[in-house]
Amino acid sequence: MNAFLSLIAYPAARIVLWLVLMFAFIGFNGLILVWVERKVAGYVQRRPGPLHVGPMGLLQPLADAVKLMGKQLVTPAAGDKVLFWAAPLLAFAPVTVCFLPLPFDARFNPLPMNLGLVLILAFSGLGVVSLCLAGWGSNNKWSLLGAARAVAQSVAYEVPLLLSVMAVAICAGSLDLYTIASHQGTWPWQWYAVKNPLAFFIFLVCAVAETNRAPFDLPEAESELTAGFHTEYSGMGFGLFFLAEYANMVIVSGVAAALFLGAFQGPFLPGVWWFLLKIYCILVFIIWLRWTFPRVRFDQLLNISWKWLTPLALLDFALAVVVAGLGAHK
Amino acid sequence: MTFSKIKDALTGLKSLAIGLGITGQAFCAKNVTVIYPKEEVDNLSTYRGPVELVGKDDAPDVPKCVACGVCGKACPSNCLTIRSPIPVKDGELPSDPAEMGPAPQKGAKTPGEFILDFSLCSLCGQCVRACAHNALRYSNNPYLIGVNRKDFKLDLIARLRNRTRD
Repeated sequence: MNAFLSLIAYPAARIVLWLVLMFAFIGFNGLILVWVERKVAGYVQRRPGPLHVGPMGLLQPLADAVKLMGKQLVTPAAGDKVLFWAAPLLAFAPVTVCFLPLPFDARFNPLPMNLGLVLILAFSGLGVVSLCLAGWGSNNKWSLLGAARAVAQSVAYEVPLLLSVMAVAICAGSLDLYTIASHQGTWPWQWYAVKNPLAFFIFLVCAVAETNRAPFDLPEAESELTAGFHTEYSGMGFGLFFLAEYANMVIVSGVAAALFLGAFQGPFLPGVWWFLLKIYCILVFIIWLRWTFPRVRFDQLLNISWKWLTPLALLDFALAVVVAGLGAHK
Repeated sequence: MTFSKIKDALTGLKSLAIGLGITGQAFCAKNVTVIYPKEEVDNLSTYRGPVELVGKDDAPDVPKCVACGVCGKACPSNCLTIRSPIPVKDGELPSDPAEMGPAPQKGAKTPGEFILDFSLCSLCGQCVRACAHNALRYSNNPYLIGVNRKDFKLDLIARLRNRTRD
């Protein structure tokens, strides 16, 4: 036990341990989220959703995962094999790193760093590279179109996303998610979602777009692109993209909870539970959006970003700078 | 110009919120799915299954049918085969069992054989409409299963007898 404690005193050992834990967390969350997604889809359409595998269909995602793993991995004959198989790994690997700076609890900080937010934004930007590689490596027009859309969408929505994040970071005076979280109080009116609702709204819209979720799921629009960038992937190749999508959802929800909803702040319960609860509330909201709205057209998608969200985010950022400046002079 | 665009955007946002409200309400409302082996629907009387013969009022296991063959002619898919005994001419011995011919047969007032090939039937109901004696109707039995094509050659007289027996 003492040897273990002295080992985790090293930051490198803590990072490795935390990454392994996060792998387990991502896998577990993936299973739970698939179940939640299908249950919400069912209830919104007034049907029960998965029901027969396990209690309330809880083991259904596990059965699906086993099925996915048992499938043959097919590489397109005319595709680029190296890029084709690098893409799902590249989609999944950076996601794990993004979990490192999330503030799960005030007393528990595996890797103190003052640029946690930048780390998340940088590594989540890698995701779009993987979609691009998948589209190119598949040598398939649907995949390529999906990849092109993913890039255009990602570029368009990264701008208002960054601006809305910066508005909060400037108010809190830090890029460390722990510091930003502790700047907010226990109660909802002390959170940035109430102090700066416009930034929260812009962040949510951009988060949905960045994770390629409906109504912004154009890179994988089934009706026109079969499955977009992952058309050619079978078995766990597809599975990794799928898992990465859900992990990305958890990350954007985690960042939203940390920036706008006070992360681990809350009465009575320990911080971890508050953080997980807030993450899951946002996740359920994103899933609810998916089963409510039809997919937007591509020009609408870009118009929303460039003509509405970006100017609004700039305005919000300017206001935040003024407010933070006035606060600093007091 | 700009104001009308902002107004449009606000109306759009409002309609998005209304949409979320509708799905939210559906989410909270009771499921309408009937999970079959555990539950069953209670409106089977409105179900239009494969046609069946109607029994006589005083003898429910004997079909009302008079073997006129109109239903067979009305059927656009030729899925009904009605045969009745060929009447015996003077001076001939009756065959045993009675020889059957396509209905109508002069003098024969009951069908000897009434076969519905359900694999051809499209449930259009022309036979039911054509019958002047109200001897045919839609059944409300959804539980029809079979493992090969022959299982769907339904002997309606036998089915009527089975139905009235229990």
